[in-house]
Amino acid sequence: MRIVVDLSRCQGYAQCAFLAPDAFRMHGEEALMYDPSPDDAQREQVLRAAAACPLQAIVVDRLEGRDAAVEVSP
Amino acid sequence: MSSATTLKGFKRDGRIVIVGASLAGLRAAEALRDEGFTGSLTMIGDELGEPYDRPPLSKQVLTGWVPAEGTTLPRRRDIDAEWLLGVPADHLDLATNHVRLADGRRIPFDRMLISTGVRARPWFVEAEAALDGVFVVRTREDADGLRRAMAAGPSRVLVIGAGFTGSEIASICRERGIPVTVAELAPAPLVGGLGAMIGEVAADMQRAHGVDLRCGVKVTRLEGDAQGRFRRAHFSDGSTVDADVAVVALGGIRNTEWLRDSGLAVGVWGVACDSGCRAFDVNGLVTDDIFVAGDVARCPNPIYEYRFISLEHWANAVEQAEIAAHNMVSTQADRWPHLSIPTFWSIQFGVNIKSVGVPTYADEVVVTQGSVPDHRFVAAYGYQGRVTAAVSFNNAKWLDHYRQLIETAAPFPPSCPTPDQPADAKPVPVDFPGPTLLAQGATVVVTGHDPGERRVTAMRQHR
Repeated sequence: MRIVVDLSRCQGYAQCAFLAPDAFRMHGEEALMYDPSPDDAQREQVLRAAAACPLQAIVVDRLEGRDAAVEVSP
Repeated sequence: MSSATTLKGFKRDGRIVIVGASLAGLRAAEALRDEGFTGSLTMIGDELGEPYDRPPLSKQVLTGWVPAEGTTLPRRRDIDAEWLLGVPADHLDLATNHVRLADGRRIPFDRMLISTGVRARPWFVEAEAALDGVFVVRTREDADGLRRAMAAGPSRVLVIGAGFTGSEIASICRERGIPVTVAELAPAPLVGGLGAMIGEVAADMQRAHGVDLRCGVKVTRLEGDAQGRFRRAHFSDGSTVDADVAVVALGGIRNTEWLRDSGLAVGVWGVACDSGCRAFDVNGLVTDDIFVAGDVARCPNPIYEYRFISLEHWANAVEQAEIAAHNMVSTQADRWPHLSIPTFWSIQFGVNIKSVGVPTYADEVVVTQGSVPDHRFVAAYGYQGRVTAAVSFNNAKWLDHYRQLIETAAPFPPSCPTPDQPADAKPVPVDFPGPTLLAQGATVVVTGHDPGERRVTAMRQHR
């Protein structure tokens, strides 16, 4: 799955790092590092983390694995 | 397409072309569909593959945690677009509303969004830039190459330029136990963006983490061996450093060359537009059908005396894309201005550095709360007695407070909102490199005498 975190919103509450520790890690006291393409096995945890973020800074792919059509020019 | 009577028809079956298929372009496309645009949408991008996020490239990717191809941006909705990828646009014809691609194809549009962004400024000597082991970091491929070079266990990495990207890369090197030298022309890291006071803090931080930081020097030559591998760098003070990897982190070049003869207001500083993201033509008249968003946009900000400001910030790209998309499908009376206060972040040496406002728009700076030695503090920036920006080190939760101070033109220096007021909270001069260092040279000349004849001509001085 694909995610992106709006780190200009993030205030380092670290809720995501508790709920989905394989996808979100704190770096120092309040800086967040995350995996933008966590394994699908982590989906439930990542969705819970996104829902729990006090700043709603985590954007999760809404196309849910369906391929977004990208036609590459010849 | 400019009158309200045709707007409904345009929203139904008009043609929109977005040139630049990265963060700003993708978010604008999604917002256009959210706004009910059902016409044709064409995404033009010079890189192959779906839009991806760049901030992780100088962080998670270089630590080896996340693969470079793993930063594809999530989609907030289906955008039902035709994607023309792998070929850059090379000309805009405003007389007939066509974009020309480098392979000669001509793509017609009714309205267009320019979001071509910025590319890395390459090392200035081409033969030296081509040496094995010399990198820039802007694209996925760049980051993947540098990641592999770092994983190979280099004896030393040289980072040229101690802005945000260069400092982040130096931080990753130390995290991975790789010896690193950082060369910076200014007296300290981050000085160009945040001023001398924060620069000193950044310099202490780098040295405390074992970075061989050399300020006030210029790298004059990159030397390779017989196999074409980078081996040694020469500095302006006569010293040298032996290293296997050199990272050129000298900022970006805005991708405006393709608009040179378009008749739009373009230059090394970007594409000028109004606060509703509508592009200006070369005479400074606003256009109806051409919009700009992201790193390449240069937009006036009323809070900063309507000065035109270009920002290479993630949040700015997202916010501007949404404003541009809304205005592309709205009548003049319904248009939105882009008025958000700039925000920025950088993660380095275990510290979360964030800013709100425009720190370069200041004459004084003061630490308002926290402790500088502990790297947990907020500094407020002021211009002629009002708050114009704030920077936090591991204190992000307070930035909203400072955003409100900026929005309400609160007096500077502001009072400390918490009990942890620093003992010595005295404003000091902000001390940025002077305007002569920042000047980019003229981009236009004015001709004609009568009001009806006076016109601006762009000068060919793109760097």
